[in-house]
Amino acid sequence: MVGDTELVTAAQAGDREAFDELVRRTYSDTFTLARRLTGNEEDARDVTQEAYLRAWRGIGKFRGEAQFSTWLYRITANAANTHLRRRRRLRADPLDEFNDPPEPRREVQPAEVVEAADLLDRVAAAIDMLPEKLRQVVVLRDVYGLSHEAIGEELGISVTAAKVRLHRARRKLHDAVYGPADAGGSESEEGSAHAV
Amino acid sequence: MRCEEVAALLPELVDTNTRHLSVERHVETCLRCQAELARYRKLLRAMQQLRLHTLEPAPGLIAETLTALAVEGERRAARSALSGRRLAYAGAIGGTAVAAGAATAAVLIARSRTRRLKLAS
Repeated sequence: MVGDTELVTAAQAGDREAFDELVRRTYSDTFTLARRLTGNEEDARDVTQEAYLRAWRGIGKFRGEAQFSTWLYRITANAANTHLRRRRRLRADPLDEFNDPPEPRREVQPAEVVEAADLLDRVAAAIDMLPEKLRQVVVLRDVYGLSHEAIGEELGISVTAAKVRLHRARRKLHDAVYGPADAGGSESEEGSAHAV
Repeated sequence: MRCEEVAALLPELVDTNTRHLSVERHVETCLRCQAELARYRKLLRAMQQLRLHTLEPAPGLIAETLTALAVEGERRAARSALSGRRLAYAGAIGGTAVAAGAATAAVLIARSRTRRLKLAS
């Protein structure tokens, strides 16, 4: 089987078949990232397609310093950010009221977070419930391990802003999964606050 | 340090190497904050595991993307062919203009020479 590195080199020389094979190999992974960033399948589909189009246009710029998958994650993060920003702008457009109403998006209810038996399912559902700006940062940092610098670059925000959003996202996730810290949480052994 | 102050710092401290002595001292003696820290660590581990949980895209989505890439490739090829043809047209026009200019200059030079010879005779 031809390795990813050989496929990338061939794609850089203009071999579309090689690039198609890279798409087949990485599609599920890219789609998963897009789904976690956008919070729904429909947007994830558009973002994934856009990410591959951008990757094909920019394959010549890939220098191989990072892994191909990491390069693709960054492109996907950037494409998701553009997509979500565009959608926010359209929603705010007053002319929108004359158009057909948008398809109602399936929102995850807090009860679903509690009911999900498995911790991973609970965390995944809680991530879906986060506001977009917080969700993007926590997914890129805590799930995919991107650096604050890379996140800042792809989302067009400062490193400080990325850190602040991560802090807020983790707190919200904690509260969604375990209950607010002030209330003691569902697993706490003792309740009274005290000073040391 | 109070539990509330520690709780506000835990989301940031859970994965950094930076040591926060007053927080550490508090956590060592506070069961409630130890539980909070354990929850944040568990949350972080769960998120790292999510990375390995790949979601299956609906059937047909890969084919859709490959088609979009093919269309993009055709568009790009058409664009480059068009720009190549434009370049050829521009070259031909430029060449014709240069040749016409040279011919005009040659005629003018020949005429002025004839005039000078007539005046001399």
